[in-house]
Amino acid sequence: MNTLVYTFHFYLFGLIAIASALAFVTRKSPVAAALWLVNTMFCLSALFVMLDAQFIGAVQVLVYAGAIMVVFLFVVMLLNLGQASDVTDIRGLGGRLTAGLVGLAMLAELFALSRLHFPRLVGAMSDHANIVNPVSAPLFQEYLLPFEVTSVVLLVAVVGAVVLAKRGDNVS
Amino acid sequence: MMLPLVVPAMLADQAVYHQYYNPLEPVAALPWLLFTILKMIIVFTVIMVGVAMLTLAERKISAWIQDRIGPNRTGYGGLLQPAADGLKNIMKEETYPDAAYMPLFILAPMMSFIPALITFAVIPFAAPLSTRWGLVEMSVADAPIGFLYILAISSLGVYGVVLAGWSSNNKYSLLGGVRSSAQMVSYEVAMGMAAVSVLLLSGNVSLPAIVHQQQVMGWNVFPLLIGFFIFCVASFAETNRLPFDLPEAESELIAGYHTEYSAMKFSMFFIAEYSNMVTASALMVTLFFGGWDIPGTQWDNVAPHTGLKFLLTLAFFFAKLLFFLFLYMWIRWTLPRFRYDQLMSLGWKIMLPLALAYIVITGGAVLVLDMLQVPRTVQWFGISPFWAALGVLNLVLAALVFVILDRGRIISPAYSRLSPVQVARLRARSAGRSLAASQGD
Repeated sequence: MNTLVYTFHFYLFGLIAIASALAFVTRKSPVAAALWLVNTMFCLSALFVMLDAQFIGAVQVLVYAGAIMVVFLFVVMLLNLGQASDVTDIRGLGGRLTAGLVGLAMLAELFALSRLHFPRLVGAMSDHANIVNPVSAPLFQEYLLPFEVTSVVLLVAVVGAVVLAKRGDNVS
Repeated sequence: MMLPLVVPAMLADQAVYHQYYNPLEPVAALPWLLFTILKMIIVFTVIMVGVAMLTLAERKISAWIQDRIGPNRTGYGGLLQPAADGLKNIMKEETYPDAAYMPLFILAPMMSFIPALITFAVIPFAAPLSTRWGLVEMSVADAPIGFLYILAISSLGVYGVVLAGWSSNNKYSLLGGVRSSAQMVSYEVAMGMAAVSVLLLSGNVSLPAIVHQQQVMGWNVFPLLIGFFIFCVASFAETNRLPFDLPEAESELIAGYHTEYSAMKFSMFFIAEYSNMVTASALMVTLFFGGWDIPGTQWDNVAPHTGLKFLLTLAFFFAKLLFFLFLYMWIRWTLPRFRYDQLMSLGWKIMLPLALAYIVITGGAVLVLDMLQVPRTVQWFGISPFWAALGVLNLVLAALVFVILDRGRIISPAYSRLSPVQVARLRARSAGRSLAASQGD
């Protein structure tokens, strides 16, 4: 019964995720598209939780759905790009065909890979008492330097954004 | 001296917490399912009824503070007023603006309502209850990610508000929606950062584990006083309550993001706001005031988990919760609304740097205290030395922070105290500005 419930939920969230992703790329209105993307993130987070990666699931919602997409939506609304009629598809048929072909190639790769046997990377979560530790311990001990370098990269992006935004002031 | 990356004393003390906090052996599959469904229904009902009663409480407390009587005609002392309001909202005609974007206009109240109601799911509201089928944890979902779940779901609440503002196709609604998204995103950061100090002390994100840490050590509000202050202010901003109710500032924006909504859809925004208040209060209780812990005794924390302990801890949890809900209403009639730029500068220029500095200070203090092997458990007079040391540090810090905040310069209200030098400087600056304006810049 347990596996039946698991399989049911896997296909449920998987299908919703794929359907939302398709809706995301086909909607003309940016706001609607953004919301479909949020829905996709949410389903992916559910799948992570089903894989017993609850931390990743929570962070998926927190960072992508809760922070990035909110800011994105904010920009779309401020620039008043919300109405579908305001934006036209800038890419021609060639671009769409290429995108479709790349997508199909990736799908084929996934099918090919699923024929192989994966090595199990981590065992089942042994310690349910502390769910963050297995993520944080390697991140802040073994891989501390790469982690810090990544945050410097983000800082560079922030500084760059501020410089670009301030540049207008100096010109006028 | 090279610091060891893992402090042995800290691990030993986490073992102390574990002595109290073992994630419970789940009861067998079928009873677990039934208990979970039962808890869902009960918690949902209690929150919905509680929210209805809160609207009455809000009006009664407002009346009391303003020396009025308040609603007293429907039922005994006005007790049936929420029922009458609910009935009215269901029976009322719904209006749909012509130019609204219909799918999102209808979806927005739900997107505000659902996250508000499901955030309460992980909050432990009483001591676990021992039943014939095993120990039943008293939260709807005993998720090990606890606190992260609350942060994640409550960050989704902003969608309802923003989309309501945008889809109404009304400039006041849009301004309300945009204001609220900016406000909620800004204060969410400060809120999360303030809560990190709690996580540093408890070493876990699971809410039952945080409650157990406070049972072993004492409530977090004293050793993490500034963290609590930041968290409390940020949760007022997160729930869009006065003095941070900019998204629906009546005098500027009619009713903000829900201007175009009527009847039950309007009511759903209202219910969402009140259940957000309930969750934020419950979170403050859980993170800083010991959750369901009864102060001054260890009797409630240890087995056997009887029905009496369950009821008493539940009562204590509710008493603390009601205090914070009262605080929300009290502050509503005490502090005037911030200006929008003040709100933003408070969030980004004060709350966030303060929270970031506080993480470093708390982290350092915890590390030093652990290396000095200051015991975390209760030692003398029912006080843990670790708790007391961190608390004294926080009292000093709090005095500093409040003195700096109260100089009336960083957030200056209309009546701020200015020294003659400052007044002269301000006059000179504004004179220069008007001169520049008259010359056409």
